[in-house]
Amino acid sequence: MADLLRAAVAIAAKDLRVELRSRTALVSALGFAAMVLVIFNFARDSATVSREAMAPSVLWITFTFSAVIALNRSFALERENAALDALLLAPVSRTAIFLGKYLANLAFVFTIEAVALPLFVLFFGVSIRGVVSGILLTSVLATAGFVAVGTVFAAIAVRTRFAELMLPVLVLPFLLPPVIAAVQITSRLLAGRPMSEILGWLKILALYDLVFVTFCILLFPALMDE
Amino acid sequence: MTTVAAPAGPPLLLATSLERRFGTQRALRGVSLSVFPGECHLVVGPNGAGKSTLLRLLAGLARPSAGSVHLGGAPLGRDAVARRTIGLLSHQSHLYDDLSAVENLAFAARLHGLVTDPVGNARRSLAAVGLIDRVDEPVRRLSRGTVQRVAIARALMHGPRLLLLDEPLSGLDPAASEQIAGLLDDERRTGKGLVLVSHDVHESWELATHVHLLMRGAWVIDEPRSGTLEEFLARYREALHG
Repeated sequence: MADLLRAAVAIAAKDLRVELRSRTALVSALGFAAMVLVIFNFARDSATVSREAMAPSVLWITFTFSAVIALNRSFALERENAALDALLLAPVSRTAIFLGKYLANLAFVFTIEAVALPLFVLFFGVSIRGVVSGILLTSVLATAGFVAVGTVFAAIAVRTRFAELMLPVLVLPFLLPPVIAAVQITSRLLAGRPMSEILGWLKILALYDLVFVTFCILLFPALMDE
Repeated sequence: MTTVAAPAGPPLLLATSLERRFGTQRALRGVSLSVFPGECHLVVGPNGAGKSTLLRLLAGLARPSAGSVHLGGAPLGRDAVARRTIGLLSHQSHLYDDLSAVENLAFAARLHGLVTDPVGNARRSLAAVGLIDRVDEPVRRLSRGTVQRVAIARALMHGPRLLLLDEPLSGLDPAASEQIAGLLDDERRTGKGLVLVSHDVHESWELATHVHLLMRGAWVIDEPRSGTLEEFLARYREALHG
């Protein structure tokens, strides 16, 4: 177990170091997030659609699509110089590779969300005072699940000829449950609805995490074999 | 002339009747190979003969369509310990362009369990292939020959018993080529097994204890090295054009 965690941390640290050097995924994803927020802000007809009605959907569209951009990079960097072969040949379990990639992807996506959330508040003028902890909890639960699924699909997509195109096509259907739940929770939080209306959606997110993180850990080793 | 004692004990590597198909095309057909400690098997052949495919099967990076690969007597599978005995140099560097040579090797050291001093291990391995300067620069700024030496250092760092090397001397200047050839021969003399794939027999001939000519996925020559390079090349040309 200690070896597994040590290898996973080494892989995650390497991914973060590579990203800090190149800033490829973070800059692209953050730029994309800012553009989505700007576009939705100016595209909204204020006479017919209120900010409060639109804001939760925009927030989660921004988070989800920005995350997919970051996830694409996760295994693309292993394709350069066939570094994935060396990773597979190293005496570490495939589970350690998954956990390492998962940890690094979580760090990327949480960073994107941490930057995009204040931008969202700025552009949409929505007050999140008093519900910050609720939104953070929702973000953690939703992100934990969809990043696990995204990590697995990034590993699948990287072996195809058009990885950048394939990943969104493959992964987005699986992201619908956590994104819908997160939108519903965020809507209720911003509207000041009681906790009893939120609890059910939170349970769905927790269940999704439990099922899909476990499934991804079990599935990943088989995917890494030829 | 490279000499080697008669093999004792089990082979480091035993590949039996390997076949590899891509659709209807057979890239390898009934290839067998046994590598004992202290042996260097030079595999030569024209482009497309199946040399790199063979190396991937021996490393466990691809599965044979038929046949088997055993490492130290155990079948090559998902066993992480078995993978520790392999050092692979591919025709691609396996390096991250945005990391320095030291960072790349320190990462590899951590994965191979050299956790007490990964950076020290990395620097020592790079020094062993003659790299002391520029080891802290990103790999993308290094010349092809330097990248090749970094990749060789990476393959050797964890002390593998079996070295699978695809064109190890390509891209190197004469001095570096001589140094790396000497290093590989030293590895062989310490009891390691080498499988050395090359399309240029001249540069690797002196290292070999066994020679194999692979053509259209099958051995045409498969024997201990004997005779001269010129005699071997004559047989090579005859196989190629005959």
